[in-house]
Amino acid sequence: MPQSQTLSGGFADPARQSAHAFRSVMEAMARPGSLHDITGAEPPASLSVATGAVLLTLCDTDTPVHLAGDADCATVRDWIAFHTGAPFCGPADCMFALGTWQALAPLSAFPTGTAQYPDRSATMIVEVPQLSASGATLTGPGIKDNASLSLPETRAFRDNHALFPLGLDFIFTSGSRLAALPRSTEVR
Amino acid sequence: MTDYNFAYLDEQTKRMIRRAILKGLAIPGYQVPFASREMPMPYGWGTGGIQVSAAVLTPEDRFKVIDQGADDTTNAVSIRTFFERTAGVKTTTATAEATVIQTRHRIPEAPLTEGQILVYQVPIPEPLRFLEPRESETRKMHSLEEYGLMHVKLYEDISRHGHIATSYAYPVKVEGRYVMDPSPIPKFDNPKLGDMAAIQLFGAGREQRIYALPPYTQVVSLDFEDHPFDPSRADHPCGLCGAEDSYLDEVIVDDAGGRMFVCSDTDYCSARQAAGHTGKDAA
Ligand SMILES: [Zn+2]
Repeated sequence: MPQSQTLSGGFADPARQSAHAFRSVMEAMARPGSLHDITGAEPPASLSVATGAVLLTLCDTDTPVHLAGDADCATVRDWIAFHTGAPFCGPADCMFALGTWQALAPLSAFPTGTAQYPDRSATMIVEVPQLSASGATLTGPGIKDNASLSLPETRAFRDNHALFPLGLDFIFTSGSRLAALPRSTEVR
Repeated sequence: MTDYNFAYLDEQTKRMIRRAILKGLAIPGYQVPFASREMPMPYGWGTGGIQVSAAVLTPEDRFKVIDQGADDTTNAVSIRTFFERTAGVKTTTATAEATVIQTRHRIPEAPLTEGQILVYQVPIPEPLRFLEPRESETRKMHSLEEYGLMHVKLYEDISRHGHIATSYAYPVKVEGRYVMDPSPIPKFDNPKLGDMAAIQLFGAGREQRIYALPPYTQVVSLDFEDHPFDPSRADHPCGLCGAEDSYLDEVIVDDAGGRMFVCSDTDYCSARQAAGHTGKDAA
């Protein structure tokens, strides 16, 4: 792999770009199903711009990352390691997991938190082919009446919601867009 | 500005706080532990709120700080100046113009909107603390939804005073799950916590906790069937703007001990006066 690909593609102005990127992620998590643009990162071609920006904004040496399926390749590992310093790990020990929906299965392998610390749970960054405000119906905190989001399926999210206050939280990325689905959301 | 990182905190600290905020939003009302940092001001000055503000602000934000409803107290001015210097943000006293509002002890009277974020400074985040000093125990109580003692304490108030005497930091239940301390806002403000269009973030610096309410979250003040929650308000209109729907402070106006009631939310009051509303004590 050419070294230049590893070294490039980070935030040119980390403090300001990560502040903007975080606001996109926060708005997405606070308003499940809402779509947000997120830019500033140029990760290797197999990752979306949105995934790159989420990683740069949230990950560092304190956040073990699990790479699933094709995401677990030298190009991606080198880029994440260089730009965030995040260590890599298996699904059971991760704070963040990255991959396609198919590659991340089974979800039961990931930490959902403990009764006293439900926040000690994985955040799943899911690369999806497209993202739109249609499909499954979402209700719950952050949603005025209801919202729609193109989810890869519904059953897994219903099962996840049933664990509340434990559970996984999802960030879906596609191109330079993202949406989120926390455990608090009811999916129909 | 070049003497500091953007918004003072280093990037690693901001990432840690940002991760805590996201988990807080995913589990409304649950207190997420975080590693609070030393800030260049004492704890009583809202270092928890300041760290949360530092983690969410962008250079394009308009930042407002209120302390007991007022923009002009020493505390509010100093926090506003801090972010003008370290984040280069523009500031405002107008609630409607602000994108991020840091607050101590009040929720603005004007309804907040979807583009806004309300950041609370929290001294004691644990609503069960006065019942149980040990963190290990309160954490267990939250995990088991053991909120019976809290109800007993409120009911004792009723038998002693004929009503629930708690008038600040009145506990709420979030989405039917976590009991949460809304910070020392007057219970008058409690009904605004639920179903709010803005994002609400709570930061406790000394106690190292962050919690959150996403927009349109169900927030219910604890009460009893025979004693429903009453967000009591002084039975006067504002002396300056005549408002009958705002939270009032009683202020002494002269050496003879003359008093009047005025809106605690100074922006709300001055906007009403500017629009031509007057109260009986207006000059
Ligand atoms: Zn007034």
